[in-house]
Amino acid sequence: MATREQIVASVRQAFPEGVRAVDGGDIQTFVVDRALLPRLGRHLKDEPSLDFKLLSDVCGVDFPGRAERFEAVYHLYSVQHGHRIRLKVPLREDDPVVPSVIGVWKAADWFEREAFDLLGIRFEGHPNLKRILCHMSFQGHALRKDYDPGQRWLLREGEQDEPVWARQAQEDDDHFETQVLNLGPSHPATHGTLRTVVRLDGEVITQAEVEIGYLHRCFEKMSERHTWNQVIPYTDRLNYCSPMINGVGYCLAVEQLAGIEAPPRAQTIRLILSELSRVMDHLVCIGANLNDLGAMTPFLYMYEAREEIYSVLEACAGGRLTISYARVGGLANDVPADFVESVRWLLQRIPRLVNDMEKLITGNRIFRDRTEGVGRISGEEALDWGWTGPCLRGSGVAYDVRKAHPYLGYETYDFKVPISTTGDTYGRYLVRVEEIRQSLSLIEQALGRLQPGPIIADEHHLVLPPKEQVYTEMEALIWHFKLIMEGGKVPAGEVYGFTEGANGELGFYVISDGGGKPYRIKVRPPCFAVFQAYPHMLIGQMVADSVAILGSMNVIAGELDR
Amino acid sequence: MARPVMSIRPDSGAGEAAARQPDGSQVFLTTKLDALLDMARKNSLWPFPFGTACCAIEFMSVMMSHYDLSRFGAEVVRFSPRQSDLLLVAGTVTDKMAPVMVRIYEQMAEPKYVISMGACACTGGFYRAYHVVQGIDEFIPVDVYVPGCPPTPEALLRGVVHLQEMIQRGETHYQRMAAAARAAARGGADGNS
Repeated sequence: MATREQIVASVRQAFPEGVRAVDGGDIQTFVVDRALLPRLGRHLKDEPSLDFKLLSDVCGVDFPGRAERFEAVYHLYSVQHGHRIRLKVPLREDDPVVPSVIGVWKAADWFEREAFDLLGIRFEGHPNLKRILCHMSFQGHALRKDYDPGQRWLLREGEQDEPVWARQAQEDDDHFETQVLNLGPSHPATHGTLRTVVRLDGEVITQAEVEIGYLHRCFEKMSERHTWNQVIPYTDRLNYCSPMINGVGYCLAVEQLAGIEAPPRAQTIRLILSELSRVMDHLVCIGANLNDLGAMTPFLYMYEAREEIYSVLEACAGGRLTISYARVGGLANDVPADFVESVRWLLQRIPRLVNDMEKLITGNRIFRDRTEGVGRISGEEALDWGWTGPCLRGSGVAYDVRKAHPYLGYETYDFKVPISTTGDTYGRYLVRVEEIRQSLSLIEQALGRLQPGPIIADEHHLVLPPKEQVYTEMEALIWHFKLIMEGGKVPAGEVYGFTEGANGELGFYVISDGGGKPYRIKVRPPCFAVFQAYPHMLIGQMVADSVAILGSMNVIAGELDR
Repeated sequence: MARPVMSIRPDSGAGEAAARQPDGSQVFLTTKLDALLDMARKNSLWPFPFGTACCAIEFMSVMMSHYDLSRFGAEVVRFSPRQSDLLLVAGTVTDKMAPVMVRIYEQMAEPKYVISMGACACTGGFYRAYHVVQGIDEFIPVDVYVPGCPPTPEALLRGVVHLQEMIQRGETHYQRMAAAARAAARGGADGNS
């Protein structure tokens, strides 16, 4: 790991002008002249001592008051060295153009389209720069500060977007007409609202394009209009298969910005419930993947385990699925008295169901024939697409945020990061199964460390006072009123908080202007980066295998489209 | 509308089609054909799960063994609108998705019913935003609204049972439209509307 000084020195040596290093901040930041961006990107990626192979995130920020109104922000990470930087490119309102870095990192593809869609920043040289989340009849750019959040635009039947090639007839080598097939957005195997258009030559896919945005619920715009704590229910609905992880990731980012820390008991409970959520997420992913391949039984087994976990979450937070249990500074309330017992019971119950499922599937001839060698991707390529999480580990790159940059005290636990070297659908399945076991082991260790204590930090400017004080003490009542009406004040600044979501690195790029509401929140959804490689992986595969590959990617539309 | 009352003894003879009273005497059923059909329809709803978001996960819970919607005769999930009669909209519908939903609704064969599951489908929920439909009844008629974010499986089961009761009473949107059309046709034939 190079220190900040070493990174700055290396960049300064290669680019004496046009790149300015900013002091302070959570990670090393550079303000870059836009003309230099592709060359700088190439240098950052190829220079072995820097090795920024992973483009985590690209987003835009709108500052209407500034002379240079927009900012394109890039987050880079080196898996090899474990260091991270941020690049900022200021842009004028009358000329919001920045050269595309798609030639350096393939991952830039969809992220740049998103910034174009929501902020109107144009990326010169992008081969397919069109709207990605909003529909084609949408006018304006929704994340600009002067866009009215309630302004809708109607899309009518027949105005939907079609890939240009899908409208043109094409013949194969034997002069037969090829077929264009539309899968989704309402399709039993898409698990949510994804749409794939493929061209088939016989049963082999020769062209593919994916359209997303069918579940774009405006999370980022909504979060700018709510107080810091009110954003938490929205985070639950990002990856709705494992809501707790999102809430914890968001709270950790805000806590880092506010300079507070949750008490140890809250940290441990967060860890236990996050790992339970991870188990839950993997169970649904595996079950749904198998269901698509025709194996219904394991899905029923997996769902039984899921129901058991639901009952524990319900006892803690009152909700089954969208639990909104984390708070900035800790947790909403303490766990019930029988929490440890009921989790211990889960620790006995889930492995039995997973074992049953494994007996049916892992050695199953049909399953292996359908998945081995299907949807293969090399580790290097996966990294280039911005993959993280179980999918990247399925390709042999052992990057896990919990190990590389521990939070919630993960460094003190004994767990392994499973990888598969095959990089195919079967490998991703095996990684997920092993991760379930590792998560259960983590939970077991954490249960032993659960000590009594407070569950939320004592920070009156951000954390609601206890109800009994609100009803009896004047000062508590005033704080309660201020926190509810205005929101807790978070100091001005920016933080890129990242945690290991069930699908990979879940990033929250949080900007505060010192007010009670976030100035900008950009989520880095792990499956967004994973899914953009999907159409490219489909080329040359059989159409039936597209379902197997999609299921193994665990794309959750709520997180993908936000 | 008359509810048919039946008492069929399981040990009645093979050749005897008509229902018998406990004392052995035969009875006849008098009902409307519509009522009989509605009774059949309500107990064999074939849902089309138009699942878009979080509610679809809870819908899966309802289908699985723990809650088991098949107890109410509605477990035959069909992903083709041609084969289903209950459109179950589970999750947020965005402006981009709305034309798809309308097309699926129009493709469904009649009679058809709609359950709107969850706050988003009912009203847009807490997404009062630029890309979200503020309630699917902007586009298609809804018979039963199930509130919750997401609704508990019990709530959805209650919604399905409620729809069954509505079908039996002839209160669904489709049935009311059909009744109004019949009344209009009668009125036109008699000339005294």
